[in-house]
Amino acid sequence: MTSRTGTEAAGQRELLSAADVARTVARMAHEIIEGTAPARAVLLGIPSRGVPLAHRLATRIGEFSGATDIIATAGILDITLYRDDLRRRPTRPLEPTTLPEGGVDDALVVLVDDVLFSGRTVRAALDALRDHGRPRAVQLAVLVDRGHRELPIRADYVGKNLPTSREEEIAVLLEETDDRDAVMIRRRAQ
Amino acid sequence: MRHLLSAADLDAATATSLLDTADRLKEALLGREVRKLPTLRGRTVVTLFYESSTRTRASFEIAGKQMSADVVNVSAGSSSVSKGESLRDTALTLSAMGADCVILRHPSAGAAHRMSEWTPAHVINAGDGMHEHPTQALLDAATLREHLGTLDGRRITIVGDVLHSRVARSNVALLSMLGAQLHLVAPPTLLPAGVSGWPVTTGHDLDAALPQSDAVMMLRVQAERMHGGFFPSAREYATWYGLSEARAARLPQHAVVLHPGPMLRGMEISAAVADSPRAVITGQVSNGVHIRMAVLYHLLASQEAGT
Repeated sequence: MTSRTGTEAAGQRELLSAADVARTVARMAHEIIEGTAPARAVLLGIPSRGVPLAHRLATRIGEFSGATDIIATAGILDITLYRDDLRRRPTRPLEPTTLPEGGVDDALVVLVDDVLFSGRTVRAALDALRDHGRPRAVQLAVLVDRGHRELPIRADYVGKNLPTSREEEIAVLLEETDDRDAVMIRRRAQ
Repeated sequence: MRHLLSAADLDAATATSLLDTADRLKEALLGREVRKLPTLRGRTVVTLFYESSTRTRASFEIAGKQMSADVVNVSAGSSSVSKGESLRDTALTLSAMGADCVILRHPSAGAAHRMSEWTPAHVINAGDGMHEHPTQALLDAATLREHLGTLDGRRITIVGDVLHSRVARSNVALLSMLGAQLHLVAPPTLLPAGVSGWPVTTGHDLDAALPQSDAVMMLRVQAERMHGGFFPSAREYATWYGLSEARAARLPQHAVVLHPGPMLRGMEISAAVADSPRAVITGQVSNGVHIRMAVLYHLLASQEAGT
C-alpha cells in the first residue's frame, strides 16, 4: 500500500520556483509604485501568508522607489472575526492585527494575500478595514489568482494567473513560514 | 467547548487559547473608532442574575454587544422568579425564546451545571454560590500574564475570605494549572476545611508572605455569606489581613495588587494602596470585557463548537 504522503508527493507539481517567486514579487512592487506614487501606501497582509508577502513588497518598494515620493509600510489585518463561514467551521484562533503608525485614514491601502480564490476573504478584509478607518483608496495584490470567484472582486496586482480546477489545491510556500519559496499545485486531499 | 461551568474543567491548552484570543481582541479593538465586531450577529445572549452584580453583568453585556450579539438582561428581582418560577422553568422559557447562550449567576453551587442539563443553550457560569467564577479567574490570569509576562513559576498570594470566595476557588484551579505557585493567607476561620487537598500552601502571616510575592490578590470579605463570628471585628481583620500602605511597601518593586471588586476600602485594602500605581484593579475590569468576548467567541462563533 502506498502511503498517503507518497501519493500526494507524486501528485504534486511545482508551478513557481523560488527564483520565480522573487521575480514576481519584484515585478509586483514595481507595478504598485507605478499605480500609487506619490502617496502614503499601507500594505496590509492577510494572515497567514499575506503577512510576509506584504513585508517583502514594502521592502522592495522601498528599494525601487528611488526619487518617487512613495512611502510604503507593512501591517497585518486579521479578518477571522469578519468571516462569513465562522458557523460552518470549528472555532478558529485569532491572529494579531497591527496597523502602521498613523493608521489607515487617508492612506492608500493595498491588501495583500497569497491566493485569490472565491473572493470571500477579500470581502471580509474590506469589512474589517472599514472598522479601522477610512482609507483614500483600497487596492488588492495577490501572488496567485486561481479563478473561481464567488463575488464581484478582482485584484489590482496579480503575480501569476493560474487557471485551476476546483479539485486542485494551490499551496504557496514562503521562507518565513515554510522554510522555502515555491508555489505548488496538487489534488485536493480527500 | 460547549459550556464554561468551572475553571477546573479547562485544560491548560484551552485556557491559554482563551487568554490569547482575549489579547488579540484587545489589540484588534485598541484605538478603534468603531468598537464593534460583526462576529456574533444574530446570536442571542441572556444574562440571568439571581444575585446583585455591577461589573460582571455589565462586562458580559458590553462583551456581547461589541461582538454584535443581542443581549437580554434578566434579573431575578424583576422577573417571574419573584413569582416563584423554578430555575428549570426559567431555563426552558429562555431557550424556547431562542437564547443561544445563558449567562447565569446564582447563590447555589452547581446551579450553572444543572442548567446546562436542562437547556440546549450554551451556559456560562458567572458565579455559583461559593463554588466557582471562571471568567473572573480568566481575567485575573490575563492581568497577571500582562504584568508578569507569564504565570509559570510566579508566586501569587491570595489573601482574605477564601472560605466564601468563588473567585479564590476558580483562581486556585486555573492559576495552578498555568504553573503559578499559590500561597493563601487568611484567618484560620476563613480557610475552607478541605484546603489541605488544594495545590497551594497556606499561612496566617501576611507580612512574611509579601516580600516573596510577585502578585497579591485581595479578596472581598463577604459579609452577606457570613452568619456568625469569623473574626472579632472589622478593625482587627484590617489590622492583620488588610493591605495597608506600610504593608504594601514590603512587596517587591515589580509586584502588582489585584482585587476582584467590589472593594471595601479600609477593610481588606487601604484607599492609598487601591489607588497606587501597583494596583491593577481597573486593568482587571478592562481585561474582563476582552476575556468575556473571548469566551463568547469560543462558545458561539462556530456551530461545531462542542460537538
